[in-house]
Amino acid sequence: MLDPGTINLLTIFILAIFVGNEVISKVPPTLHTPLMSGSNAISGIAVVGAILAIQTEGTLGTYLGLAALIFATINVVGGFLVTDRMLRMFKKK
Amino acid sequence: MNLFYLIAAVCFIIGLKRLSHPKTARSGNFIAAIGMLVAIAATLFSSGKLDLELIAIGFIIGGSIGALFATRIQMTEMPQMVAIFNGFGGGASALVASSTFLTPPESNFLIVCISVLIGTLTFSGSFIAFGKLQGFISGKPIVFKGQQFLNALAFSAIIILLSINNLGTLDSQSIFYAVVALSFLLGIGLVVPIGGADMPVVISLLNSYSGIAATATGFLIDNNGLIISGSLVGASGLILTNIMCKGMNRSLVNVIFGAVGLEVASGDGSQKEMNIKSYSTIEVAMILDSAEKIIIVPGYGLAVARAQYIAREVADTLEAKGKKVLYGIHPVAGRMPGHMNVLLAEANVSYDLLKSLDEINPEFEDCDVALVLGANDVVNPAARHDQSSPIYGMPILDVDKSRTVIINKRSMNPGFAGIQNELFGYDNSIMVFGDAKDMLNDLLKEIKEL
Repeated sequence: MLDPGTINLLTIFILAIFVGNEVISKVPPTLHTPLMSGSNAISGIAVVGAILAIQTEGTLGTYLGLAALIFATINVVGGFLVTDRMLRMFKKK
Repeated sequence: MNLFYLIAAVCFIIGLKRLSHPKTARSGNFIAAIGMLVAIAATLFSSGKLDLELIAIGFIIGGSIGALFATRIQMTEMPQMVAIFNGFGGGASALVASSTFLTPPESNFLIVCISVLIGTLTFSGSFIAFGKLQGFISGKPIVFKGQQFLNALAFSAIIILLSINNLGTLDSQSIFYAVVALSFLLGIGLVVPIGGADMPVVISLLNSYSGIAATATGFLIDNNGLIISGSLVGASGLILTNIMCKGMNRSLVNVIFGAVGLEVASGDGSQKEMNIKSYSTIEVAMILDSAEKIIIVPGYGLAVARAQYIAREVADTLEAKGKKVLYGIHPVAGRMPGHMNVLLAEANVSYDLLKSLDEINPEFEDCDVALVLGANDVVNPAARHDQSSPIYGMPILDVDKSRTVIINKRSMNPGFAGIQNELFGYDNSIMVFGDAKDMLNDLLKEIKEL
C-alpha cells in the first residue's frame, strides 16, 4: 500500500517527533513564550514549499505560492526577530 | 538538496536544545535562523524555472511586515502576536498545498485535503484567537445552541466529501473548494466558544496545528525540510498544550468543548458571606516593611495594567531594605505559556528569581507576605478542598500559607472561572483595590517614605 518513498518520509516524520519531544520537554517554563515564537519562526519553513510553488508561468498556483511566501516570510523574519528581542531581556543579576 | 535540509534540521534541533537555558537560548535562536537561511538558499539555488522577481517581492513584503511586527509589538501583546503568527504559518501551508493541487502534475488529493484542512482551520482559528486577545471580539466564550452540532456537521461533511471523491462522483476541484470553506468555518467554530482564561491552551494547540500543517504539506511535496521542522513545532505545541491543561487540571476535550466562564450566568446564589478587609497603600507599605521574605504572584491583571516595571521597582526597593523577594509564576498565569516571565524579564527582573509552581510552593510556608498582583483563580484555595468548585483539583500557588496575603485587584469581580475566591475572606488576607500600576506607584512612594 505504501511505496518506499512514503515509508522514508514516515520514518523521518516519526523520528522527528521523538527528537522534538525529547528536546522540547527540557525547555523551562520561563522560556515557554520564546519557545512558541521561535517555533512560529521554524514553522515558517513552509517558505521552502512556497518558493517551489512560484513557477515562471503565471497561473493561479503561482499567485497562491506568492501569498504563501509572504505569510511564511512574515513568520520567519518576525518569529526569529521577536524571539531574539525577548531572549535579550532574560538576564541574571 | 536534502543534504541542506538535513543541515537546516540539525540547526533547528540544536537551536531548540539551547532553549533549555536562558544563557544559551539567544545563540540557539540565532543557530535556528541560520538553519532557515540554509534551507531557503538551497531551495533558491537548486531549483530551475522559478520566478525570482516574484519571489523577491514576496520576501520584501513578508520580511517588512514581519520585522515591523517583531520590533513594534509590546511584550504585553505577545499572545496576540503568537496567535497571528500561528495563523500565518497554517495559512502558508494551506496555500502551498492549494498551489500544488492547482498546478500540474496531479498530486495526492487526500494529502492535499488534509493539509488544506489543518492549515485553513489553523488560519481562521488563530485569527479568532487574535481578535479575542486584542479585544476586537469579546474574550468571553461565545456559545449558542447547536454549536457543537454545527462543528461536528462541518467535520463530518469534510470526511464525507473525501470519501465521495474516492467514488469519483464529484470532481475534485469542487470538493477542494468545499473543504477549504468548511475548514475555515470549523476553525472559527472551534475557537469562538473558548474564553480568555483558556487562551494559553488554544494558542499552544494552534501552534501545534501550524506545525502539523507544515508536516502534511511536506508529505505532499515530498520535502524532508517541511516534515522535520513541522514535526518539531507540532511536538512543541502539543507539549505546551499538555502542560497548560495540567496547569488547569482539565482535559483538552474539556477545554475545547467546556466553555468555562459561563457558570457566571447560572450562578450559585449560595455564596458565603466573606469578611473582606480593604487596606490603604500606607498600611500595606508598613506590612511589607516589617516583612523579611516576600513573594510576588503576578497574573493577567499585571499585564493589563502594564505594571511589570513598577512591580520590579517596588521589589528593588524592598530588596535594598534587605528583604528577600521572589516571584511565583503559575503555568497558566496570563494568556500564553510563559507570558508573565517575559513581562518580568522585560522589566529587568533576574530570571533566577522567577520560580515555577513546584519551586515556589514550599517557599510560602516561611513567607511573610505574598503579594498577589492581578491573579485570581490560580491562588484560590478552593481548588484544594472544595469538590463543588469548577476549579477543584487545579494546582494552585499556596499563597494562603504565607503569614499575610496582600491581594491587589481592581474590584471584587470574580476571575475567569466566574467564581468568587474564598481566599479574599481569609483571616490573613488583605485587599488593596485599584489598578495595579496606580496602586504600586502609591505603594512605592509610601515604602520610600518609611
